[in-house]
Amino acid sequence: MASVLIQFAHPALEKSRVNQRLLEAASDVPLVTVNDLYEQYPDFDIDIDREQELLLRHDYVLLHHPMYWYSAPAMTKQWIDLTLEHGWAYGRQGNALTGKKMMNVMTTGGRQEAYQEAGYNRYTVRQFLAPFEQTALLCKMLYLPPFVVHGTHRIAEEGILEAVQQYRTLLERLTADEFNPDHAAQFAYANDFLIEKQSL
Amino acid sequence: MSQSVLLQAIVYLAAGVVFVPIAKRLGLGSVLGYLLAGMVIGPDGLGLVGEEGQDVMHVAEFGVVIMLFLIGLELEPDLLWKLRVPIVGLGGLQVVLTTVVISGLAMLTGLPWQAALAVGMILTMSSTAIVLQTMNEKGLMQAASGQSTFSVLLFQDIAVIPILALLPLLATYPLSESGEGGGHDTLLADLPGWLQTLAVLGAVLAVVMLGRFVMRPVFRIIASTGLREVFIASALLLVGGVALLMESVGLSPALGAFVSGVVLANSEYKHELESDIDPFRGLLLGLFFISVGSSIDFGLIQENPLLVVGVVLGMMTLKAIVLAVLGRRFKLSTDQNLIFSLALSQVGEFAFVLLSFSLQNGILDTRTVGLLTAAVALSMALTPIVFLVNEKLLLPRIGTTAQDKKASDQFSASNPVIVAGFGRYGNIVGRFLRANGIGTTVLDFDSDRVDILRKIGIKVYYGDASRYDLLKSAGAEEAKVIVIALDSPEKSLELVETIKKHFPHLQILVRARDRDDAYELMDAGIEHVYRETLDSSLRTGVDAMRLLGLRAYHAERSARLFRKHDEEALSELASVRHDQKQYFSTARRRIRELEQLISSDETDRWLREVEEGWDSESLRREANQQTN
Repeated sequence: MASVLIQFAHPALEKSRVNQRLLEAASDVPLVTVNDLYEQYPDFDIDIDREQELLLRHDYVLLHHPMYWYSAPAMTKQWIDLTLEHGWAYGRQGNALTGKKMMNVMTTGGRQEAYQEAGYNRYTVRQFLAPFEQTALLCKMLYLPPFVVHGTHRIAEEGILEAVQQYRTLLERLTADEFNPDHAAQFAYANDFLIEKQSL
Repeated sequence: MSQSVLLQAIVYLAAGVVFVPIAKRLGLGSVLGYLLAGMVIGPDGLGLVGEEGQDVMHVAEFGVVIMLFLIGLELEPDLLWKLRVPIVGLGGLQVVLTTVVISGLAMLTGLPWQAALAVGMILTMSSTAIVLQTMNEKGLMQAASGQSTFSVLLFQDIAVIPILALLPLLATYPLSESGEGGGHDTLLADLPGWLQTLAVLGAVLAVVMLGRFVMRPVFRIIASTGLREVFIASALLLVGGVALLMESVGLSPALGAFVSGVVLANSEYKHELESDIDPFRGLLLGLFFISVGSSIDFGLIQENPLLVVGVVLGMMTLKAIVLAVLGRRFKLSTDQNLIFSLALSQVGEFAFVLLSFSLQNGILDTRTVGLLTAAVALSMALTPIVFLVNEKLLLPRIGTTAQDKKASDQFSASNPVIVAGFGRYGNIVGRFLRANGIGTTVLDFDSDRVDILRKIGIKVYYGDASRYDLLKSAGAEEAKVIVIALDSPEKSLELVETIKKHFPHLQILVRARDRDDAYELMDAGIEHVYRETLDSSLRTGVDAMRLLGLRAYHAERSARLFRKHDEEALSELASVRHDQKQYFSTARRRIRELEQLISSDETDRWLREVEEGWDSESLRREANQQTN
């Protein structure tokens, strides 16, 4: 069994159709803790002791957020800046997070086709996430491929339902610890890995 | 005999201890409790005290002297200036007109003009103790009626002094106390007139000089010794000394005390003096009211029940009519005028002082004084009932109605938020919520404000927010949140109690004036308590930091962290506060708390100057170690 911490950041959740449903689906999965950062810190004053304590108690850290300007909302960055302290998360004595796993869970307005060399965003999602990947590595964590819900601008109810179902499956898989990180790391998206597993 | 003195003291104390809490419980106020206690132990009741009640009254009159000293201390020149029109206009006219009307009537009953004038002046007085207490409890002090009431009471308090000076001139009977006299054939009696006048002026001047130049350094020296009882003793000595000096030149001791109070009103020892002397005032006034109660002649009432009832109702009606006419003249709305004129319709505690003074000075005879004393006591006893009748019967029919009939159709659905009190605090909360499209229902006790809000189209209920029926009709059953933004902490607590009892589902947010209020509310189990000055004080601090050139974000963030730290310190102090009940005066407790707070500001590591994540100091250190 493994525990999962969802670091959720959305500055206007009340307007996000998809993220509301995703969060709702995640909230009652056993062993999953949802930490709603904008709700917790409306003033951006992050309680570092509380956050570090939360990190220590969990095996997986999911940064769940919409993609804003090819990155995360400001709160996620603030959280990283302040919580992952030198000497605690990284540096010679910073070993608190060693061996934990980190993953981005994202919604993007653009469709998957846009995120490739020939697409109008010119880079893949994975390339845009390089700073997160390197952050995880610097903190001696294992970085897993992201779980992405693409095309939320035009997504229909079936699409949302499917995404919600996939997210639940992902969380159940993670908490059941039947997740081979090394195997999963070969995929571009965590979504692909889930589909493969299901088809087996 | 010392034993009998002790016994008497025990009788008085026991009577007070038994009856005052009962009267308070019944909503009748402490003054009535004392009067009741006096009636019960008096010669016509259990007979536990007899004729010596008169002597006790003399001792207790010192309580009145102290009361005037405290009134003087409270008289801030600014407040006086602000209220000069209502005080002099409204108050002055009330005193003059009521005196004229009542004196006229008294003359018609066959009293000589001197006695009639005395009766008129005496019955003009209303009860500061009862009225201010009641208005405060009902949260009416900020309304137009509250301000007018305060002005009139203040003028009456001041008018006592010239009245005390005037009364001896009206003497027609021989002095009731021979030999020692009423305190007026004094040291100066043998001097020629002009020298007497000079001595009187000299004495007043001496009191002013004493207060201004002598007492401050004396208080400073005594305060620096840290011996509280000596400070109290010196304060009592000051009041007693001034009273004696005044008496010896033939002026009223109360006047002297008042003057010295005014002189010390701006001194740094004002609050210390107040909190130290106040218990004595309370006790002595209590004693005074008990002795008044015990001197009520029930035989007299039994003999002439109709006369007494007639006098009580007659004088209350007359006073109310005069007040109502003045209220209208001074542009009070109907509601406010009703509250104002009925609130002041009783005759107050000063009447007892003036009546006993008149008796001693041979202005009124025993029978008249007995009759009036009984009538005054009864009128005071009726005051809470008058308030109640006004609230339940008169205001709902005549004045602003509790529910807004016109608007209630527009707002058929009930609102999720109720804001109780739409004064300087509640109106911001209410406006903010409305601006965000959140339906709010307002409860307010100021009929003028209610009328205006209704005109704008806000759903407003008029009345005492702590009443169950009003809350219910305002939709408390369907609402989710109630914001209590009342001025009066007592009312807030009362409202909290009603809500917890009848509408337990409501989330309660309460405004607190200060730390002490916050503690009370936290004790009552309220989670969301807001000290009204906290946030704006911190914003002031932030701006000060920014003007000194500190970075804006640093200043803002420090304020937020400080607030968090302060709220934590508040709940910490709230839990240890009960151990600090040994602090007799709240002023002292506050100072002690401030000390604790300031030291916690310094020792707590509540503020990381800059979060380490934003500071590369430790990274630089590690890098340097590697290169070395």
